[in-house]
Amino acid sequence: MDEQHKVTVDAQRAPVIEPGYTFGSVTEKISAIVLTRPASNGWFLGFGVAFTLTMMMLYAVGYLVLKGIGIWGVTIPIGWGFAIVNFVWWIGIGHAGTLISAILLLLRQSWRNAINRFAEAMTLFAVACAGIFPTIHVGRPWLAYWLFPYPSTMGVWPQFRSPLMWDVFAVSTYGTISLLFWFIGLIPDLATLRDRSENRLAKIIYGMLSMGWRGSARHWHRYETAYLLLAGLATPLVLSVHTVVSFDFAVGIVPGWHTTIFPPYFVAGAIYSGFAMVLMLAIPIRKIYGLEDFITERHLQNSAKVMLATGLIVAYGYGIEAFMGWYSGDRYDAFTMWNRLHGPYAPAYGALLICNIFIPQVLWIRKLRTNPIALFLVSGVILVGM
Amino acid sequence: MKRDPIYGMMAEFDTPVALIEAAKRTYQAGYKRIDTYTPFPVEGLAEEIGFHRDEVPLVVLIGGIVGGLTGYLMQYWMSAVAYPLNIGGKPYHSWPAFIVITFEMTILFAGISAVFGMLALNGLPMPYHPVFNVPRFTRASRDRFFLVVFSSDVKYDPAATRQFLESLDPRSVSEVPS
Repeated sequence: MDEQHKVTVDAQRAPVIEPGYTFGSVTEKISAIVLTRPASNGWFLGFGVAFTLTMMMLYAVGYLVLKGIGIWGVTIPIGWGFAIVNFVWWIGIGHAGTLISAILLLLRQSWRNAINRFAEAMTLFAVACAGIFPTIHVGRPWLAYWLFPYPSTMGVWPQFRSPLMWDVFAVSTYGTISLLFWFIGLIPDLATLRDRSENRLAKIIYGMLSMGWRGSARHWHRYETAYLLLAGLATPLVLSVHTVVSFDFAVGIVPGWHTTIFPPYFVAGAIYSGFAMVLMLAIPIRKIYGLEDFITERHLQNSAKVMLATGLIVAYGYGIEAFMGWYSGDRYDAFTMWNRLHGPYAPAYGALLICNIFIPQVLWIRKLRTNPIALFLVSGVILVGM
Repeated sequence: MKRDPIYGMMAEFDTPVALIEAAKRTYQAGYKRIDTYTPFPVEGLAEEIGFHRDEVPLVVLIGGIVGGLTGYLMQYWMSAVAYPLNIGGKPYHSWPAFIVITFEMTILFAGISAVFGMLALNGLPMPYHPVFNVPRFTRASRDRFFLVVFSSDVKYDPAATRQFLESLDPRSVSEVPS
């Protein structure tokens, strides 16, 4: 009976889902990963590696709190150094998740549906990682809550003309909206897991998390409206977040950083590195969990195309940065650029250009765009470059 | 108040197309208190069962306006009234610098209103609901499409309603105990 209702596929292009699946078999296959698949040795190995690295991070943060930010080589109190590099990098990674879930939804790109949930989960973790750095860079992290406007006995309020405050609001809003977006998308899925699971405890937990979702037509209608509106809100939000991050630099007067190209250049860079991260996660996941039928070549190809396009915008940003160094006629600006090309950090700048501009150009070749291993490697190179 | 021991009559269909057709005919036959349950959103289904007023956009609009006002007035009050600081000679009420946070607060409040407004209007969370009493209903989140006529409908009659639902060519018809 089920076999009569094959999920329709677009015959013109590489399919979003491989043929031969029904509504039921898609549900079975995906929920089985969560419900019945036992934890293998490989899983424990991966968990062990991740756990070790997390412990290392906690050790490093503990050392930082004891010693102060001087351990990064930061010698001037207004410099962020290591912390801002990581902050900007992680926020950028998060952006691809929101882009996939919000912008591609508004553009009716149905291929997003196979990868949006884990991309959103990636966003959440990336925002959490990003949030660590502004907190620890203040030097006295236990006082980081001073950044929030709360009625204190000191009678002091934050200084809203500073981009640092804008950052506090942009990142905390971004974190909250990402969490809500991810959770609202998950409610019907949790209901499916509730109905599929055999274990009583699992049923109760999924039941609570799905909040008694029953798929009523009225509920779906409001749900879809809310989801669409949330996507519409998240789209300007995601563009604003990295714009605000770039204001941290652009609003200041440090030579070489005080430029108007920063907002679009940062956003493009964010999407660029974010898609690289999505691919680095998606390629092993589809292989290990046998999801090649759901995360198909088309997903990989489209992601590669997005990377290619945003990568070119980033290249333009680098170009304008160098051009402005010369064109502004400001000798401090010019020196900053010259120092980047010939100074002590020249090898790092060269590596950045190779990783972010030159190597990703191989994505023009169709064969490489459809080759998971090649894509995985190129994505790794981009993430290193960023 | 004593509850009606029967919540309604449930019919099960195999495809969304069959369900839309059945919902349309049920609504036209005069049953107004009905609902449908599907594993994924089916376009146009809510309209077929007489659902036309979706208040979510209004809730989001109000949330956004409240958020924007909160954001701007908070900054104005803190920077110009409660704790005026002279930063590089800029005016206390330096509105261009307040735009970013006003925008972020608009999005934050609107987004929170969208999610919690939707849940509240849907009456969720609701841990117990009679439809879950039907064993077959677990497939409503997998690959089956259900139609329920509530016993509170004026036209509801156990025998006649069952007969009517049978005539829609469903896979099964079952009574829903409440």
